[in-house]
Amino acid sequence: MKIVVLVKYVPEPTATWKFAPDHTLDRSAVDGRLSELDEYAVEQAVRLVESGAASEVTYITVGPDKARDGLQKALAIGGTAAIHVSDEAMHGSDSVATSLVLAKAVERVGADLVLTGLGSTDAEMSVIPSMVADRLGFHQATFAGELTVDGGSVSISRTTDAGTERVTAALPAVVSITDQTPEARYPAFRAIMMAKKKPVERLTLADLGVDASAVGLAAAGTQVLSITPSPARAAGTVVTDDGTGAAQLADFLAGRGHL
Amino acid sequence: MTAVLVLADLTPSGVRKASLELLTIARGLGEPAALVFGSPSEADIATLGEYGAQSVYVVSSPEVDQYLSLPKAEAVVDLAGRLQPAAILVTSGPEGKDIAARAAVRLGSGIVTDAIGVSLDGGRVTATQSVVAGQFHATTAITKGIPVVTVRPNAVSAEPAPASPTVESLEVAFSDAAKGATVTAREPKASSGRPDLTDAAVVVAGGRGVGSAEGMAVIEQLADALGGAVGATRAITDLSWASHDLQVGQTGKTVAPSLYVAAGVSGAIQHRAGMQSSKTIVAVNKDPKAPIFQISDFRGGRRPPRGAPRPGRRTRPAQGLTGQMTTEAPLRQGLPTC
Ligand SMILES: Cc1cc2nc3c(=O)[nH]c(=O)nc-3n(C[C@H](O)[C@H](O)[C@H](O)COP(=O)(O)OP(=O)(O)OC[C@H]3O[C@@H](n4cnc5c(N)ncnc54)[C@H](O)[C@@H]3O)c2cc1C
Ligand SMILES: Nc1ncnc2c1ncn2[C@@H]1O[C@H](COP(=O)(O)O)[C@@H](O)[C@H]1O
Repeated sequence: MKIVVLVKYVPEPTATWKFAPDHTLDRSAVDGRLSELDEYAVEQAVRLVESGAASEVTYITVGPDKARDGLQKALAIGGTAAIHVSDEAMHGSDSVATSLVLAKAVERVGADLVLTGLGSTDAEMSVIPSMVADRLGFHQATFAGELTVDGGSVSISRTTDAGTERVTAALPAVVSITDQTPEARYPAFRAIMMAKKKPVERLTLADLGVDASAVGLAAAGTQVLSITPSPARAAGTVVTDDGTGAAQLADFLAGRGHL
Repeated sequence: MTAVLVLADLTPSGVRKASLELLTIARGLGEPAALVFGSPSEADIATLGEYGAQSVYVVSSPEVDQYLSLPKAEAVVDLAGRLQPAAILVTSGPEGKDIAARAAVRLGSGIVTDAIGVSLDGGRVTATQSVVAGQFHATTAITKGIPVVTVRPNAVSAEPAPASPTVESLEVAFSDAAKGATVTAREPKASSGRPDLTDAAVVVAGGRGVGSAEGMAVIEQLADALGGAVGATRAITDLSWASHDLQVGQTGKTVAPSLYVAAGVSGAIQHRAGMQSSKTIVAVNKDPKAPIFQISDFRGGRRPPRGAPRPGRRTRPAQGLTGQMTTEAPLRQGLPTC
């Protein structure tokens, strides 16, 4: 069984983010990293190889030059090879266009199982997995808190608004992995060094047969009109407890109608 | 007037509150048309009408329950093709995201997720979002196809606007692809007897500072005293001190209660992303530098005031929460039992 894991290189969540005049995230101004949420998918893929259920793992990322570092991190955790799709024309692409490019890249590699993170920590949409599944004609089992592969099918459990569900889908399938699964292992120095020898293929849109007019800011179905820092909260009441703290809290809550 | 397609969720206790919020938003964009799955009761239809649904479409095919999300997505695409609505509104959540994503690809639509507001602006559907773990507000116009928007629960308060909806049952010819992922078991979430976390007006959340699984009892008692729901950080759901469905934050629930009490919670950006639009935030933490204090309105106390409602039992867990507000203060008392 061949696994493809879609991994995204994202700005460090704790960094101060900047936006360019076209309202896109200025990725060059912020330190980046492999999305922490995608590490869970990497770990699941590596475990499937270790258990003998899968034979190889290929990572695919669509992103700027620096996204290569994210692939390197994933390869250090485990896996076989990686594909880095990088093209100026991708700037400003929306999720619908990104899913097209990712699907083309998956088709090129060939996969029985596509794993993704729960959501990218920058876009926070959690829609790419379903979109990629739709384009590939694969089944989907999203928001997995647990994953098992058995012969030709994959089973997951997921927590929804209503409770928990168990879902089984025949392969090929796309499965998004949540942070309820075990955290990724910490790569050893040797693994980090060995990862540098693993093949990383760099592709453009033309290599994937995607027309540049199908992606980018101009093709996006959404147009960001403004992006502004959230209004700061008014400074709170800070009470250094001298024994009357609870009474003050009770007064405070009563004053706001909570008691 | 153009229709606005609203995906309304039925629960065993009636139409989901978040769906009524969608109907409220939809009225600002056009004529709400609700799509429901299963067998709505007369009371359900009446509720949809009460919140402004002009029409209700019912899909009762068994496929909808048997398979994951896709039959619902196909029903949405089908009905959207027929109604050519001004927008499609779905509640954010695992199923809502699956449906919205599939619909956007198939309809060639622009999509915005986790909107906290949707309006018509010069004829264009425009959505507002809180992005980057809540640090920025973005306003986005949807410029392509039938706009698809997933809306966060609690973004607006549901306002009634009575209408008498027409009811039509809808037959959908599902593709084979829609029958690929089988739901083999479903377990409704265990009832705690407390209000639903996303709907609650008061949420009392515990973090690693509660010290142990037993320490959560303090949180539960305070929640009960205030008639609220219990929340948790990922740190403690990972430790199994609280069940996963209580997690608040980027990868948990988004809540916006009128009172949020964060006890023993450091306030990591991923946690704050799920609760920072709460109206009043009270933080109890022994570390005066804890990031939660950047957004809190009050820091806790230690002695239960007389006359205030309090839990039935005083708790003094050995490693329990302290209501101290400075690190210098001795850590000797239980959570403020206000
Ligand atoms: C991609 C990603 C997604 C994430 N999603 C979420 C999410 O959805 N929700 C979430 O919550 N987290 C999430 N996290 C984790 C988050 O980064 C933090 O690790 C987590 O919120 C910390 O939980 P905590 O506050 O319980 O623990 P800690 O950070 O360990 O804080 C414990 C706090 O308790 C205080 N304390 C200790 N003892 C006492 C005492 N006796 N009395 C009073 N105070 C005391 C300490 O001063 C400290 O501030 C995510 C992380 C990542 C990377
Ligand atoms: N540019 C990208 N390159 C590779 N994978 C991506 C990219 N964008 C999204 N993904 C994958 O899709 C998942 C969900 O992303 P999103 O829908 O943007 O929240 C992520 O966790 C990744 O696994």
